[in-house]
Amino acid sequence: MFLKDYISDVYNGVASLLKGMRKTGYYFTHSKEIITEQYPDNRATLKLADRFKGEVVMPHDDNNEHTCTGCTACELACPNGTIKIITKFDVTPEGKKKKAIDAFIYRLEMCTLCNLCITACPSDAIKMVPNFEHSVFDRSKLTKVLNKPGSKIKEGIE
Amino acid sequence: MYNQTEIIKDTTDLGPDGELVINMGPQHPATHGVLHLVVTLNGETIKKIEPHLGYIHRSIEKMCERLSYRQFIYVTSRMDYLSSHINNTACALLIEKGMQIEVPERAKVVRTILNELTRIASHELWIGAMAMDLGAFTPFFYAFREREMITDIMEDTCGARLTMNYIVPGGLMYDIHPNFQTKVKAFVKQFKEKVTEYEDLVTGNIIFQSRTKGVGVLTAEDAISYGCSGPVARASGVSCDMRKIAPYDAYDRVEFDEVIETAGDSFARYIVRVKEMNQSIRIIEQLIDNIPEGEFVGKTKNVLKLNKGEFYQRVETARGEFGVFIVSEGGTTPYRIKFRSPGFSNLSVLNHIAKGSKIGDLMATMGTLDLVIPDIDR
Repeated sequence: MFLKDYISDVYNGVASLLKGMRKTGYYFTHSKEIITEQYPDNRATLKLADRFKGEVVMPHDDNNEHTCTGCTACELACPNGTIKIITKFDVTPEGKKKKAIDAFIYRLEMCTLCNLCITACPSDAIKMVPNFEHSVFDRSKLTKVLNKPGSKIKEGIE
Repeated sequence: MYNQTEIIKDTTDLGPDGELVINMGPQHPATHGVLHLVVTLNGETIKKIEPHLGYIHRSIEKMCERLSYRQFIYVTSRMDYLSSHINNTACALLIEKGMQIEVPERAKVVRTILNELTRIASHELWIGAMAMDLGAFTPFFYAFREREMITDIMEDTCGARLTMNYIVPGGLMYDIHPNFQTKVKAFVKQFKEKVTEYEDLVTGNIIFQSRTKGVGVLTAEDAISYGCSGPVARASGVSCDMRKIAPYDAYDRVEFDEVIETAGDSFARYIVRVKEMNQSIRIIEQLIDNIPEGEFVGKTKNVLKLNKGEFYQRVETARGEFGVFIVSEGGTTPYRIKFRSPGFSNLSVLNHIAKGSKIGDLMATMGTLDLVIPDIDR
């Protein structure tokens, strides 16, 4: 009786191992079903999801104009103090003073990519882009000014 | 000052009863993070296990007291990062309950689907990591193949793979991606085909079975008295599924079984998780074709303020019962916030169930508790 149990144990054990090995052998011979991507080599074809939250940018149009009014809604919505907006007063041709942004400072190293600033923005001035290769040699390069030099606010945005 | 010979002498001094104290972690591949276990051994038999915490303490609860009710939700993704969606849901549900915000049906259904996808992804990762703890390297890749499909869905719809922050008080941050339904259906189809591979590779494997069966047995009484929840308690025969006891979102309108095993050993905990994935697939199948049209976020005030009082909300994460407790003074930030994390209670039972077993079995016992250290050590 003891010998019978022992032999059946060995048989079942070996059978279970072979069952697993069959699966491994299947993928060994069917290498086309393996889905590994060779990351740095596939940069040309690599396409990330369009909603992927990688970095905050401020889109500018061809006339170097953005839609940021400097209302600081994003600055207040940010949980980490990532965004700092420095405002200035532009003088319009009619002689009126108008609030505008001087610098939109964005600290990528402090950003948790939570998207709260994007949803807070009333004029869609900032958006997330799927950049993910953020490594730089110096930490100070991660502090960015998002509005381009010489840019101004688009006409008609209040 | 010790010189070298004294240090060697110290470590070989076994104490009065021949005890040997070893440190497992904080840098140990099987502790999945920075868990530090001080294990007292007698030969190969474990006499005592003392978990040392504090290596990844970020004082999240205190941080949340500084943040507004919209902002603090994203922090909870950093606790149990494998079920970040479910943590976010708990916080959103609490604020909705406290402020009587109407949540649209569409948001409720999408939240439920995403929560179940998160649960499957978490269990997939667990199966891979658990098998790797026990020395089987292959299942890790098989599990990650299916998990990758879920992270792709999350990437398309939520914009991130792990810390999504997609759920806001009142509903969802933005609408689901147009390809959400087709992708989820493709995932369900592939999962049903491929789940048998885990059975072949892991469940039926004789080495896996003999290393987990009868190891780390937790009785139902102990599971209750230690406050265990989730698959750990359900494997001991305790019914504790928050989705059944206190249904939230769309769980009251779907059919699923609460998976309960009675053996209480490591193998039962494994079986509970595998069966739970199948139940999650069942929930997703019922909901994916019936996502109602309409708004994805309810109307909320610009600045959220909870009324004065105490609020509690509990949900079922992949690891067990997760609770949020907020004391509000009526302001824009919580006065005091406390998270009840499932991992902490599940870790506390480790000394009890691993005492007396061999050190090799500690891997199996600890692995099946499914510990996520940032969840334990907030």
